[in-house]
Amino acid sequence: MTNLTDLGIADIRDGVATGSFSAREVATAFNDAVVAGRALNAYLVETPELALAAADAADAAKALGDLKPLSGVPLGIKDLFCTKGVETTAASGILKGFVPQYESTISAKLFDAGAGMLGKLNMDQFAMGSSNETSAFGNVISPWKRNDGGNAALAPGGSSGGSSSAVSARMAPGATGTDTGGSIRQPAAFTGISGIKPTYGRCSRWGTIAFASSLDQAGPMARDVRDCAIMLEAMSGFDPKDATSLDLPVPAWETSLSGDLKGKKVGVPKEYRVDGMPPEIEALWQQGIAYVKDAGAEIVEVSLPHTKYALPTYYIIAPAEASSNLARYDGVRYGLRDLPDGANLQQMYAATRADGFGAEVKRRIMIGTYVLSAGFYDAYFTKAQKVRALIVRDFEQAFATCDVLLTPTAPSAAFGLGEKSDDPLAMYLNDVFTVPSSLAGLPAMSVPGGLDGQGLPLGLQIIGRALDEQSVLNAGLAIEQRAGFTARPGQWW
Amino acid sequence: MTDYRIQGATGEWEVVIGLEVHAQVTSESKLFSGASTAFGAEPNSQVSLVDAAMPGMLPVLNGECIRQAVRTGMALDAQINPWSRFDRKNYFYADLPQGYQISQLYHPLVGEGSLRIEPEGGEPKTIGIERLHVEQDAGKLMHDQHPTRSYVDLNRSGVALMEIVSKPDMRSPAEAGAYVRKLRAVLRYVGSCDGNMEQGSMRADVNVSVRKPGGELGTRTETKNVNSVRFVMAAIEIEARRQVDVIEDGGTIVQETRLFDPDGNGGKGATRSMRSKEDAHDYRYFPDPDLLPLELDDAFLKAARASLPELPDAKRARYEGELGLSAYNADILTADVETARWFEAMLAENVPAKPAANWLTSELFGALNRMGRDLVDSPVSPKQAAELIALVADGTLSGSLAKQVFEIMLETGQGAGAIVEDRGLKQTSDTGAIEAEIAKVIAANPDKVADYKGGKDKLFGFFVGQTMRAMAGKANPGVVNDLLKKALDA
Repeated sequence: MTNLTDLGIADIRDGVATGSFSAREVATAFNDAVVAGRALNAYLVETPELALAAADAADAAKALGDLKPLSGVPLGIKDLFCTKGVETTAASGILKGFVPQYESTISAKLFDAGAGMLGKLNMDQFAMGSSNETSAFGNVISPWKRNDGGNAALAPGGSSGGSSSAVSARMAPGATGTDTGGSIRQPAAFTGISGIKPTYGRCSRWGTIAFASSLDQAGPMARDVRDCAIMLEAMSGFDPKDATSLDLPVPAWETSLSGDLKGKKVGVPKEYRVDGMPPEIEALWQQGIAYVKDAGAEIVEVSLPHTKYALPTYYIIAPAEASSNLARYDGVRYGLRDLPDGANLQQMYAATRADGFGAEVKRRIMIGTYVLSAGFYDAYFTKAQKVRALIVRDFEQAFATCDVLLTPTAPSAAFGLGEKSDDPLAMYLNDVFTVPSSLAGLPAMSVPGGLDGQGLPLGLQIIGRALDEQSVLNAGLAIEQRAGFTARPGQWW
Repeated sequence: MTDYRIQGATGEWEVVIGLEVHAQVTSESKLFSGASTAFGAEPNSQVSLVDAAMPGMLPVLNGECIRQAVRTGMALDAQINPWSRFDRKNYFYADLPQGYQISQLYHPLVGEGSLRIEPEGGEPKTIGIERLHVEQDAGKLMHDQHPTRSYVDLNRSGVALMEIVSKPDMRSPAEAGAYVRKLRAVLRYVGSCDGNMEQGSMRADVNVSVRKPGGELGTRTETKNVNSVRFVMAAIEIEARRQVDVIEDGGTIVQETRLFDPDGNGGKGATRSMRSKEDAHDYRYFPDPDLLPLELDDAFLKAARASLPELPDAKRARYEGELGLSAYNADILTADVETARWFEAMLAENVPAKPAANWLTSELFGALNRMGRDLVDSPVSPKQAAELIALVADGTLSGSLAKQVFEIMLETGQGAGAIVEDRGLKQTSDTGAIEAEIAKVIAANPDKVADYKGGKDKLFGFFVGQTMRAMAGKANPGVVNDLLKKALDA
């Protein structure tokens, strides 16, 4: 019998449905893998009992012929999603010990669809980071190693690094991620898995701890494109509790999957050919172009002229929103409270926030506070909003001549932990390819495209029109079918 | 009336006043959450996850609050902006769970409008409205629950407020008082705010500056959260005086936020500095990314306008013009929506308007005043009152009998008709009975009759009184007059 933890979401769903194995066997196998993989620090909280309970419910449903779309599938849940009765911290000290009395819409939808929860996944603190090194509870380690004989610990990407690591290391068949400027796609690329950020508004933000409200989107991270489609269907849908949620039906993405791109036009944006891009990334990109051509697509060169402003724009808007969103962590009602002897209210705020927030979170709060302050607001925030509108227009114009865009996901393969942590700007540059589509609210996904010279995975990014997740998934599938990516990390833990 | 002036050592000073009124929107639930807004509940019993700003919570706009604010804007003859937006006003305080207040800075719901006022003893005047926007209220700190700690009550957190900003068009405490009263009246007519200042449903920030009459505008101060009309007027008077004294002593006015302390300065009232412009917050306003811009369609606006009631000015004009009421009565009856409602409920019973108006403003208000009650707690209903008025109109009751009957109504809660029936208080126009009593009165007072006939006309009243007493007050006074005249002049 195959190792159950090697199975993806579709395989588990179908296997439980046909009775090849029980949901309890699956949950048990993954629960064991979670324990065995503790060295990766992917899980902040393990909830084997919840995975088993959902599995038992699935097995009972199977007996009654009443299976749901995700019955029997245990998932990892990023710690940005509030989970009822299970500690939720966003990997920050300021929320240590916080146990929500409510379930986020996304986790609730997944559980309602029959999924179980293996545990809460580590991440960059408040989703701010690209390497998982900003977690207050220690960074996640990528299961991947370079093939240079060295044993350098690599970054799993971020902020959804616990998710990427867990899925890649077979500690979950799929996991939720969130993406504000690339936090699903970059870690997916770093770990050789797939992940999609849907159109802004597809997934409810209710109960998901906010980083930057106008950018935050939940999405699935899984082994392949089909699994992403299955999970995304369960996660999407209108939520009256989120005013930015789209009141639209959820398409049947899985059953409409097709790797045949005949008649489709794939745009290649010339501005994504950035200075200093490693030749291996360029080669990967060309390989991707060859794959989609082979699938029948026509290649068109397109221009997204404001691309170079995307990163600075993002690093104004996201911190501005974050500085306000994180004001609620003040020690008054929940989470950490530092109350030095004789402290007044201001001193309590200062002590609590100084102690509770990590360095990167503080940096972004300060950037955000600065760009919103009197005298700087117009020069920074208003200007950034205008540039954002131009970036949106760039994409609209590009999509007049093509159906999807194909780019690399990140400018490099996974870097070593500690390599960039002293240089925030170098870290921010990791988001150069993912940030523009976030600013435009467009669906975008990363699929594995191949390995670099050191045997590390590289991802290709597909960006689609608003609401056209199907074309994104289909192009991803076409690449997946041709890339034949079967590499997986050796189990060293 | 002469202009309001403050006499300083260097001559007269003019006061320039603008008001920012915060009015709590009448709605079942809060501006961005489903929690109740009822007043007086146990602390923290009306707090949703959103109001407490739990992680991951999101605001969802309550359309009723917007509808009420739009109706208010229409009642103030103001520009309604079909496109508006919510902004976050960022600051830290323990009563502000989100760390920001959701408000509207850049694109308010309502733009310029106006309000006509009639200050006591002054000329009618139109005060400009600068804008009206919708925002969240904060919670409340309670400092008296524990010796060393403060408690927070979040029941008010997230309650919808309208901030109504006037232009600096007022020039005296009387004008400011009239403005607040009139605004309160309009809000209550519209039904968008109960106007209850004691419960904090309405409060004013008072902007005051002084200048030599007609000169350049002076630096203004803002006195926060003044919660009665009397205090608004007092705060202006005291603050303007203070400013004049500072300037005339060679000082300058600092732009600052002040507090009104009605007990300050030995009970005379005082304003004191809260914070100056230098330590003013930088609120870092920016569009709230959790909320989409608010777009109002024509159907919504049309429905809002159609739902507006007749407003006080129009109603007063109609009472004078169509109903023929005196200016005084029309004014009193329309000053508050409850009075007008009561009056119109009487009219609905088909009683004549003038006697109804007179009775309401004199008899009923007099009685309520004696009892220390408000009109809404009146022991007599409009329908019962109408029955009483009708009995006067058809001659069943004389004025004095009506007063008696009304007193009995107040005591017993019985209807006027029933009282008349039970106690035989019906006025009589039975000429036979009245003539018989007149004959007795004349027979019993031969000397007075002689004096009357000798020219002492004033004695006529004596005969009327005697006859009425003999008739136990139930004789129709007009009939008594006629018959007496006939008998005495015969």
